[in-house]
Amino acid sequence: MSTFIQLTVNGLANGAILALAALGFVLIFKATGVVNFAQGEFLLIGAYIVWAGVVTLGLHWVVAVLLGVAVAVVMGIVIERSVLRPMVGESAIAVIMVTIGLSAVLRSLVQGIWGTTLRRMPEIVPETSVSLLGAPFPVNRLWAIGIALVALGGFALFFRKSHYGVAMRAVADDQQAAMVMGISVRRIFAMSWALAAVSAVFGGTLVAIMIGVSIEVATFGLLVFAVVIVGGLDSIPGALLGGLIIGLTRQYVGGYIDPGLGEVIPYIVLVLVLLVKPYGLFGEVRIERV
Amino acid sequence: MTDVAGAATSAPATDVLLDVNNVEVIYDEVILVLRGLSLQARRGSLVALLGANGAGKSTTLKSIMGLLPSEDGEISEGHISFDGQEITEFDPAQIVKSGISLVMEGRRVFEHLTVHENLVAAAYTRWREGTAGDDMRLVYEYFPRLEERSNQVAGYLSGGEQQMLAMGRALMQQPKLLMLDEPSLGLAPLLVREIFDIIVRLHRDLGTTILLVEQNAHLALEIADHGYIMENGRIVLEGPARELAENPDVQEFYLGMSESGERKSYRDVKHYKRRKRWL
Ligand SMILES: Nc1ncnc2c1ncn2[C@@H]1O[C@H](COP(=O)(O)OP(=O)(O)O)[C@@H](O)[C@H]1O
Ligand SMILES: [Mg+2]
Repeated sequence: MSTFIQLTVNGLANGAILALAALGFVLIFKATGVVNFAQGEFLLIGAYIVWAGVVTLGLHWVVAVLLGVAVAVVMGIVIERSVLRPMVGESAIAVIMVTIGLSAVLRSLVQGIWGTTLRRMPEIVPETSVSLLGAPFPVNRLWAIGIALVALGGFALFFRKSHYGVAMRAVADDQQAAMVMGISVRRIFAMSWALAAVSAVFGGTLVAIMIGVSIEVATFGLLVFAVVIVGGLDSIPGALLGGLIIGLTRQYVGGYIDPGLGEVIPYIVLVLVLLVKPYGLFGEVRIERV
Repeated sequence: MTDVAGAATSAPATDVLLDVNNVEVIYDEVILVLRGLSLQARRGSLVALLGANGAGKSTTLKSIMGLLPSEDGEISEGHISFDGQEITEFDPAQIVKSGISLVMEGRRVFEHLTVHENLVAAAYTRWREGTAGDDMRLVYEYFPRLEERSNQVAGYLSGGEQQMLAMGRALMQQPKLLMLDEPSLGLAPLLVREIFDIIVRLHRDLGTTILLVEQNAHLALEIADHGYIMENGRIVLEGPARELAENPDVQEFYLGMSESGERKSYRDVKHYKRRKRWL
């Protein structure tokens, strides 16, 4: 029983973080049609900036996160302007190659600046353990779940309630019709990249709290692809559900059956889902209820 | 009525709201679609632009709206001016801000957004003015059915309701010139009547200048002041709507045709709904 609770809480924490990381990916794909293979590196950069803000610059962690958000906004806009916009009209494959290249560049940038040693994220959330139904587990998992859900809720509110959120969804729906509304599609594209990078600051920091600050954050980020393919590339609820499915099965299979199998199981789930629903669980075939 | 090839129509400059002057449009750098098209809309008038499928009516509206770059098209010759200002090089956002709104062929509502959100999106250029609430009340006044469905996802509305929503979106922008591209397309006759009645009311009550593209020449000439007939990317005939309706050629080629059910279906229109990934 105590193992079960532990695995469940770990799975939920992983899942919520994955959902947050996947949100950025979905955002870019939905609005601009670009498959961003650098989303894992966005997590990596987010984690390092918050770490450097606290450790190197000695900032309070709240300020460090705000710094991370600011850097992410600038990075997102710069990448959209300088890397993606010149790719206008190129084939999907060419664009994918470019984002793969971008991921390599960002990764070596991080390694160039901060090296490869594993570092501990400073104590942003309590590192203590509490006992729940007789099982001890780290409080930071609960915090991770809470923070990820609040961040997801914040993004959801933004999309529903803010003018820019509505405009972004309009562009995702029908780009030319959005132009006719007077919506600046370029600005919306830039905003999508910026927001994706911002969501990665939260996601990356939470990942780093659990596994430390190193290149492994980006490796964890690879699971994002399993999440979005399971949930549907263009569905935000799908990202949440996909995150939880992948997070939980990974823990249960890893904990009860075999840790090695736990690492592979996300991709097995992925293939099974694609066999049944080629567009993912929530992916758009024609109309999707949100 | 004048044969366009010969006489130039001239109204006092201030009276002309929209002036499309000798415009040539090329798609994909090779396909010449508009071949020196000229038309004008006087302030406060209701102008019908008629012509067979493929004549270039939608292209005309897209070139006014600044949409050609999004379809690999360009204005290679000629000028468009609006309200005394040259707008040939404007992008759609600038065009909307200067007072032109377009209701596109095939309605093009944002299917995953609610009716309310569709209207919010349409007010993009006017958020800062804080008038969206009043504008929305006006829209709901003209289209009470939209208010009943304001929280419904637009993809689930009927064709007629989607047309109303498309027109409501344009109304949110408080245009000086409202351009409508085949608003009757694919709608049942009763609904077509309803939509046309609303167009007339908008024109009369708000004084909005209207450029109406239609295949249903009969109905369009009934409500228009002035009409243009287009063939192969050119205006071939123009004149007061009543005179056009009585012209034997027009009766034979356009009024006759519109009765014979040769109109295209909504399905064909979907084909135009290109989604470009980039700007
Ligand atoms: N985006 C485009 N690229 C290439 N050709 C186009 C494009 N849009 C329209 N055309 C062509 O231009 C001509 C006029 O089309 P259109 O303006 O849609 O006519 P209408 O609205 O009068 O039916 C047609 O022959 C059509 O095939
Ligand atoms: Mg057309």
